Order: sequence, then C-alpha cells, then structure tokens
Amino acid sequence: MNGGQALIKSLEMEGVEVMFGLPGGAILPVYDPIIDSPIRHILVRHEQGAGHMAEGYAHATGRPGVAMVTSGPGATNIVTPLADAMMDSIPIVVITGQVPTVAIGTDAFQECDNIGITRSVTKHNELVTDAADIPRIVREAFHIATTGRPGPVLIDIPKDIVDPRNPRSAMEWYWPESVDLPGYKPTTEGDPAMIAEAARLIAESHRPVIYAGGGILKARAAEALKALAERYGLHVVTTLMARGAFPDSHPLCLGMPGMHGNYTAITAMQKADLLIALGSRFDDRVTGKLSGFAPDAKIIHVDIDPAEMGKVRRPDAPIVGDCRVVIEELIRALDQGGPQPDRHVWDTQLKAWRVEFPLTYDQGWDTGDTLKPQFCVESLRDRAPEGTIVASGVGQHQMWSSQFWRFEQPYTWVNSGGLGTMGFAVPAAIGAKVGRPDRTVWAIDGDGCFQMTAQELVTAAAERIPVKVAILNNAYLGMVRQWQELFYEERYSEVYLSPDLPDYKMWAEAMGCVGLRVESPEEVGPAIDKANSIDDRPVVIDFRVDSDEKVYPMVAAGTSNDEVILGPSQGPGGH
Amino acid sequence: MAPARSEHHHILSVLVQNKAGVLARVSGLFARRGYNIYSLAVAPTDDERFSRITIVVDVESTPLDQIVKQLFKLINVVEISELAPSEAVEREMMLASIWAEPATRGQVIELVGVFEGRIVDVGPDEVTVVLAGPPSKLDDFEDLMRAYGITALQRTGRVALPRLAKQAAALRSVG
Repeated sequence: MNGGQALIKSLEMEGVEVMFGLPGGAILPVYDPIIDSPIRHILVRHEQGAGHMAEGYAHATGRPGVAMVTSGPGATNIVTPLADAMMDSIPIVVITGQVPTVAIGTDAFQECDNIGITRSVTKHNELVTDAADIPRIVREAFHIATTGRPGPVLIDIPKDIVDPRNPRSAMEWYWPESVDLPGYKPTTEGDPAMIAEAARLIAESHRPVIYAGGGILKARAAEALKALAERYGLHVVTTLMARGAFPDSHPLCLGMPGMHGNYTAITAMQKADLLIALGSRFDDRVTGKLSGFAPDAKIIHVDIDPAEMGKVRRPDAPIVGDCRVVIEELIRALDQGGPQPDRHVWDTQLKAWRVEFPLTYDQGWDTGDTLKPQFCVESLRDRAPEGTIVASGVGQHQMWSSQFWRFEQPYTWVNSGGLGTMGFAVPAAIGAKVGRPDRTVWAIDGDGCFQMTAQELVTAAAERIPVKVAILNNAYLGMVRQWQELFYEERYSEVYLSPDLPDYKMWAEAMGCVGLRVESPEEVGPAIDKANSIDDRPVVIDFRVDSDEKVYPMVAAGTSNDEVILGPSQGPGGH
Repeated sequence: MAPARSEHHHILSVLVQNKAGVLARVSGLFARRGYNIYSLAVAPTDDERFSRITIVVDVESTPLDQIVKQLFKLINVVEISELAPSEAVEREMMLASIWAEPATRGQVIELVGVFEGRIVDVGPDEVTVVLAGPPSKLDDFEDLMRAYGITALQRTGRVALPRLAKQAAALRSVG
C-alpha cells in the first residue's frame, strides 16, 4: 500500500462519508485513490469554502468535518476556516498537501510553512514525515478534534510519502487500536466537592440564571440542560453559540444576551445573584464592560477546558468537565439537597421585563414603505418546515436572524460567533445540507457577506445540494454603517455597496440557482413559499431591505450592560 | 540582565514529548502575548521519549497562570510545574573569555579559584573560564569580571528541579 491509499483508507476507518476539497500539485497523489473510495468528495470553488463547509457539516451533525487542499495557496486559503473552528470549538480535520520532504524549506513552488502558519489557529497540527505514520496520525487527529474541547486539527502531508512513484510512499497497512497521547487526557467528570458547592450556591440563590453557551451543544447536553432548568425552575439565556440549545418557546427561556441580546436576557444576567455558566466563556460581546458585568452574581463555571476557569471572571465554583456529565451530577446533588428558596419575586420580575421590553420593529404596509429585514426573517421563520437549519454570515443579518428566528431544536443554528467571519453562511449552509439532506437549510446572508463566498453556489448547483439563500440586501456593510451612524457622527466611510451591483438575481442564475427578487412586503411570503417548494437546485432571494434599519437593543462596545440602548419601538426609550 | 532578579521571575519546568516543533509551540504561547522568555534550557530526560524545558520568564502571576493553562492544552505537553525559587534547586553554567594581560592575570585566576571555576583555554592576553552554580553566583562573577574586561560570554540558561522533601515519608507496609 502507498501513503496516499493509506490516508484515504484511514479516513474511511474513521467513518468519514464526505469530504470537501480542491486538488492541486502537492496533494494530487491523494486524489487518485478517492476515485476508488466510497467517500463522497465535494469539489469546491475556493479552499475557504471547503473549510467552512466542513464546519457547517460538523455544526449540523456533530461529526467531524473533513477538508483537503493542496500546499501553498491551498493551505493559506483555509487558514480562516481553521481560525473560525478554533474560536467556536468546531471539530474539523484539514489535510494539506506539502512539497516533497527534500524540498521543504527551499522556497519550492507552492511551498509555505503550513505547520508554522496554522499553529495558533489549530488545536493541534502535525507534519507527517513517514508514510508509516499516516494511520496513527489520522487516528490521533480525529481523536483530538472530537474529544475534550473540540477543535480543528491539521495534517500536513509531503508529496513524496503519498506518491506511489516514490519509494518513500511504501508502507504496510495497519490500523491502531488506540491512541497514545501521554499529554492529552481531557477531564470529563466534575469534582464532586465543587459540584456539591455548586448545588449549595443554587440552593441559596434567589435570582439565578443559567448562562448556556456553545459547550452545551458540543457536549450533546441539551436534554440535560432542559432537565436541570425544569426541575429547579431555573431561567436560561442562550448565547449566540447556544441558540437552539434550549427551546425559545420554553417559558424558562430568556433568549440571547449580549451586545445585541434582548433586554430581559441582558438585564437578568446583570441583576442575577448567581450565574450558572454552562459551556460558555464570558466573551466580551456577552459581558460588555467587564468591571460592570453582573456585579452581584456569584459564578458557577462548568467547562471542559480548564483554561477557561478564571480566564475572564473568577468563578466561585469552578468545575472542569463535560457539560452533560456535570449537569447530570449537579441534578443528583440538587436532588439530595434541601428545598429551593421561593423565587417568585424574581420570576415575576423577569415576566414583567419580557412584556415591557419585547423585541420589536415596525413594518409599514403603505405604498412606498420600505421592506424591513426583521420582517423577512420572521416570514422565513414562519414559513419554514419544522427542523429547518439556519446558517448566517456576520453582521446585522446575523443578529436579526438570531433575534427573530425561533430556535426550538439543537443543531439548527450555524454561525460564526467568535471569529466573526463574513462569508461564512453560504459554504456553511452547504456543509450543513450535505450532513442533513433531510432538512431544509436556509442561509440568511448579508449582501456584503454574500459577495465574499457566493461562488460556492456553483459547487452547490453542480453537486445538487439544494440550499436556500436569503440575502438581506441593504446595499451596505450594514453593521459597520450602524457603528458609523451611532459613533462616528454619520460619517459613512467605505460602507456603501449598491443594491444592484452585482445583480444578485442574475448572478444566482449564472451559478445554476433559481434567482428571485423581493422589493415590497407583499412579495415576501410568495417568494419564500416558492423557494421552499424548489428542491432540485439552490435558490437565492434578493430581499431589497431598508438601509437605515439598525440592530437593537444594543450595548455599545466598552459600556456596561446596564446601559442597554433600545430601538425606537422597543419600550420606553433607551437608558 | 537585571530582570532575572526581579520579583516577577518565575521558573517553569515543562515536560514535553521529544518531537520536532514542540519548542516552537511552547515558545509561541509566550511570543503571542509579547512576553520575553528570559532563559530557556531544553534537553531529553532519562526517558528519551520526553524532554524537559526549563523556562524563566518575567511575568505577573495572573497572566502566568493563564499561560500555564494554555501550555497544558498543547497536545505534546505532558506535565508542567512552576518552581518557586525557594523550593527549587537551580543551576546554570557560563563560559566567559576574560581580558587577562600578564599584569592582571594573577588576580583573574585567583577570583576564578574563589568562585570554583576552571580555566579551560588560555591566550596571550585572555583566558576562558567555565563556571557552574546558582544563577546569582554567576551574576556576581560576571559583575566582578567586568572590571577586567569580558570579551565574550555565554550562559546556558538555568535548569531546575524541585527540592527534595527533607522528612522521610512514613514507612509503608510492603506486600
């Protein structure tokens, strides 16, 4: 067997059913055995697309996404997805080609230092120097990517060890039964003493809030979270990365906190006397100005990554472990404890805030009234089949999607949270649809984002992956425009994009998709219904929306979460 | 040179897998935060699958705690201990070429003797000295030799191990 065959066989042994990639000189020998492999390879149009597709696949399925690209520019083009997956703890395995071993370091054609470049944006990376190491390194890569705090792993493969014409590629096939990584032993079970302490803190708390983060989804802990919340009447906020981890329709759900969270979620955390952080990491977009964040709250912090303990806020009960395991242990500890305090004052207060400060917008229906992006999101939501997966890019459309969609199931929200990668939506939606062909997948995108990665719709059309894309086209880099309007005295610098250059409908059609355009509120419903009825190719709807619409509520960067700026229609003015 | 004696001076003893690129991973965690590594010594342990890296850094305790946790996340890092200077045995070695004309050579040789160093090379006007010991002793020697003229100097960076317990552990029954 040669190294190239061993690599593909190793992927098969790991249960890989699909991979995303684009061949080139250095990785060419590995592409040959793909012809004979049951693994489906999806040929992308740009390597960044391969990386985000692998991420979207992993988001939607929980299984590791796999991407394969060539050396040099192939590898540098996938750095952004690696950084994105690192920030959001997405398990992906990326294979990069490398120039032959003897040429490494000689400035060979399409050479770059993949290991050096990606060291800080991967959980781990490895240069393979011997064909015999391939099965072991692949086995280790999948183990590292999917266990502990998940993340991206990169394997860099010099051409000579996979090229059958080179004697260095010869190897004897084997498959390692286990991995031997003496420095890698993630803790999954929480410390019983700390869990007892956490139970005690909950039993003393009159204003507790569960601060659920993306770790809930990574740990497959949505059921456990629901059990904990319901059994002890605990309200839950779900961060941007945790949308869907707890049903939005649940009476205990407070929705999204943070810079563009809703008033109740933000304020509940501010006024809480106990935050139960489950798989969340006190991101600056959640805490606002740190010194003013949740000043009265004690902190229970559960995370599988010990480095999160005290990184931002010192916890009173730090618990390193898997969220699902720890929540189950915590429920047992609470069951053995005494009765919970009467919290009806707090519960009543939360209810009152929700009534007083709802998420709202004004869609006018008179002739000449502009189309509101929030109305488009609500219409998409109300007309979506059950279990629809939503992917988004980064910016205003992302915040409106997170605010106005109603997430009822885990793994239905795919977005770029930590890195904030514009252009994420289209390829991530394609990856999600490949992983969950049974589901409807909508990408809700901005016009700026769409222009960054739209070419992957060619991939989707060619591969018959019928994703749907809603462009909330406000002709601007809208979030930047919003900041310039609010914080730079309406001095709009380099944010105008034009509503009709490019012509999104024609562009969609040129890429083999159905293209639709919507300019008024009346056209919204019929266009969405039409898009939902098409299942043999991708659909793109160009929603021409109001450029002036802003995302509210908003906590301005660097200010305290006590200073929530409300929108014109969202309750009694800002304060 | 002074920072080695500063109050933020910490010694990390990091046991790593003995593999290519591990040192770059470890040093990269300091570099990305803009922290300078004061000294660094690396060599395989008695088990050749592992190497021990002894790092001396000048960092406040809080960021250091965070760096230690991040270091431990590296797949190739097996074990980390932070050694408080009072609880560690530290040694360092120095090679120094010192200006020693016939008129001053006797004084230089005498001081080398006092510091328990050895002269390992001699030229017409210079001697090269090897000296090993606690880093502070090397600092003192360096300060004294400056008066004569140091023409070249290389220190290894310190190596350290925890001090051994001074009380015997209670005898345990065997069998």
